[in-house]
Amino acid sequence: MSGEKPPQDATEDAGHGDDHGHGHSPYQAHHFDTMKQQFEAGKLGMWLFLATEVLLFGGLFCFYTIFKAADPELFEWGHHFLDKRWGATNTMVLLFSSLTMALAVREAQLGRKNRILFYLTVTFLCGAGFMGIKYIEYSKKFHEGLFPGKYFAYENVIDAEEVRDRQAEEDLLAHADLEIPPAGVVTETPKAQGLVLQPKRPPQGLARVAEEDDHGGGHGEDDASSDHPEGLKIDPSHLPAGPRPHNAHVFFSIYFCLTGLHGIHVLIGMGVMVWLMILAAKGRFGPGYFTPVDLGGLYWHLVDLIWIYLFPLLYLVE
Amino acid sequence: MSQPDTEAQPVSGEPEASSATTSQGKPGVNYLNATSTFASWALTLDHKRIGLMYLIGVLFMFLLGGVFALLVRTELFSPIALITPMFADTPELQADLYNKWFTTHGAIMVFLVIIPGIPAALGNFVLPLLLGAKDVAFPRLNLGSFYLWVIGAIFFTYVLFSGGIDTGWTFYTPYSAESGTAVIPALVGVFILGFSSIFTGLNFIVTIHKMRPPGMTWFKMPLFLWATYSTAVIQVLATPVLGITLLLLILERALGIGIFDPRNGGDPVLFQHFFWFYSHPAVYIMIVPPMGVVSELIATNSHKRIFGYTYIAFSSVAIAIFSFLVWGHHMFTSGQSDKMSIIFSGITFSVGIPSAIKVFNWLATMYRGALVLNTAMLYGIGFIFLFTIGGLTGLFLGVLSINLHLHDTYFVVAHFHYVMMGSGLIAFVGGLHHWWPKMTGRMFSEFWGRIACALVVIGFNVTFIPQFVMGSLGMPRRYYTYADKFEPYHQLSTVGSYIMALGFFLTAFYLIQSLISGKKAPMNPWGGNSLEWYTPSPPPTENFHDTPDATDPYDYEGLVYDPATENYSPKTQVS
Repeated sequence: MSGEKPPQDATEDAGHGDDHGHGHSPYQAHHFDTMKQQFEAGKLGMWLFLATEVLLFGGLFCFYTIFKAADPELFEWGHHFLDKRWGATNTMVLLFSSLTMALAVREAQLGRKNRILFYLTVTFLCGAGFMGIKYIEYSKKFHEGLFPGKYFAYENVIDAEEVRDRQAEEDLLAHADLEIPPAGVVTETPKAQGLVLQPKRPPQGLARVAEEDDHGGGHGEDDASSDHPEGLKIDPSHLPAGPRPHNAHVFFSIYFCLTGLHGIHVLIGMGVMVWLMILAAKGRFGPGYFTPVDLGGLYWHLVDLIWIYLFPLLYLVE
Repeated sequence: MSQPDTEAQPVSGEPEASSATTSQGKPGVNYLNATSTFASWALTLDHKRIGLMYLIGVLFMFLLGGVFALLVRTELFSPIALITPMFADTPELQADLYNKWFTTHGAIMVFLVIIPGIPAALGNFVLPLLLGAKDVAFPRLNLGSFYLWVIGAIFFTYVLFSGGIDTGWTFYTPYSAESGTAVIPALVGVFILGFSSIFTGLNFIVTIHKMRPPGMTWFKMPLFLWATYSTAVIQVLATPVLGITLLLLILERALGIGIFDPRNGGDPVLFQHFFWFYSHPAVYIMIVPPMGVVSELIATNSHKRIFGYTYIAFSSVAIAIFSFLVWGHHMFTSGQSDKMSIIFSGITFSVGIPSAIKVFNWLATMYRGALVLNTAMLYGIGFIFLFTIGGLTGLFLGVLSINLHLHDTYFVVAHFHYVMMGSGLIAFVGGLHHWWPKMTGRMFSEFWGRIACALVVIGFNVTFIPQFVMGSLGMPRRYYTYADKFEPYHQLSTVGSYIMALGFFLTAFYLIQSLISGKKAPMNPWGGNSLEWYTPSPPPTENFHDTPDATDPYDYEGLVYDPATENYSPKTQVS
């Protein structure tokens, strides 16, 4: 994401005007007439940048929606591997960091250097905590073989090809009595129907079975399984969703893409915090000039906001 | 028409004198020669230098993409393998090489030349000048955009040297997920170029919103700014979607994530939807700025107030809005639902309305104007002619039933070349001539300029009109060989491409010559009344020492031509 850097520069622009002595504020760039104009330009630029970020994630959310609509049972099955408690903790951590970020902006407007530094540090630590928890979650998944795409190796199955083959066999054996048309077992049917994604038949059939399992006390077992998240391999029999969907790897593709891209944004945000701390330590901010903190705060709130959507969509989906 | 007559006159001193008297700063010092170290260019925050660096890069890439176009056309001169055997042994490898050539041509021309051409190269130079501003809102971001473009170009160069890419510039799955060529570096390159485009657009939106001079309301802006603004909105809103799509395609190749590749449970048509959700708006990123340039060329060289200002301004915005609602017309034969196809077809027709509004307004502007048929104006008129053909054939393709027949034929190839090249690039070259004196401070040879323009426009039509014919006869696009009955059309087309190439090489020649021995350009050689003509050519680093008040960009009544200095100046100063 090399593209992330320039907007920081954009906010930084305000700081490079020191050498243009026009009798204005030392932070006013030469091509702006007033500080107000400069502040407003920076703010508009940041909002536009946030719009591009929303669209970037919007594309991913769109993929999520399309695959969810086509294969709801896939998400029903997959979310059991995500630990709601870690997700909830991270939500709290980020919400709290948004509060401290807002306070940092407030202190920057008042020019109280030590308090700015304090709140920025807390925000930074919250980001670090968030990434720490992400690390725990990710390593647990990698340990279980829950990789995205063709590296998906859950239950020691080597690649996606084999997952499908095995699944097809299992389906045939386990549900030989169900009325599944043989053609439906072929999972490689390209979905050439355009946006109208037709749910494939076998998962639907399986989902019906899964739902029955569900109502038969599956939920309790699920909660039990998520009570023991300490890196132990989850016994598939604890999963209420029953047989693994043929495209189980797609859920983890979407999970890793969404949380991964979000994680990268958190890391960039932490970098912004460090940069703001350096500026704050130099005593740059005060009632006359607090643009960088303000814009950094906007970015941080957006990163927070995206997580607020990710958490229910991935962890709490039922 | 008066410039050639005065060309023979001794010119030394006079333009210099005129620029010296009008320049507020030290005479002879401008943005080009104010500083001359390498770092002062490489790390410059001056939008004019950045625009100039963009221009050099874009023109170089245009040469590269053009060479590949000529390779493709030369190979197609005959249905048997003509020049590919020089580079590859077996027929399979020869056909594959052909695939790489047209892919490289398309990808370079779209992503590295036309999309950044007018907004980033000409726009960067002109936009702050038109606004009477000292710079764009975020100069560092601007420099960052340029270097992102350079990095993207480096990725493409790497692709060329690592064996090329053969997916077509559209990167359709599933082939792009399995092709053995360097797809990932190309995708990374396009991804980076996308961010370059986003940041340019973001910069321009903020600049136009926040840095207009006193007195310049939205409806007193030059129309080029309206076009740039509309384009910037598309750039900011559409490009991130391409970014995420390409990112997922990279992951599809690297990790097999199963979003686009049917072998992993993905949906290839989903890729087409996402790709065209960006790439159709991208077509308007390529065509709306040319429309803005042509509005300036036509009005200035007709010396007459532009007709229907408000309509031209709003039609740019309308095109920007429609651009997001028509992507499905690229996919009529992909198996999308009939209802969607009908809706997309209907909205596609409605794009014709704002486009036609512009064409009629340009014609009405020229009607009874005092036309000066200089090189830039000839390109502007060429644009109207070629864009009309390109736009109307687009409507043919928007008809569902006809599309079934013409889909993926040379008719489509000819149509989008009429729009992308016949309109987009020709307006770019026209704009380049229009602002060349302002950028370089030199006048080029009008005589050779007009000849080159004629060669380009005639060569273009000779190249692509036969392609309309053979497309409607069923010649499919992207084929390495063809049935014998198409041979005359292909040969004519190839000859046309050589004529066009000759025109462009001639252009390069006399433009370079103008840098060496061209006459010094006066402040306002064409008689424009927008703000960029109120600063010396070339402008000083600060553009304007004081923020100027807005002029009425289309009021040419107050300007008189002074044959001695070949300059247009306000009446009050002359009398």
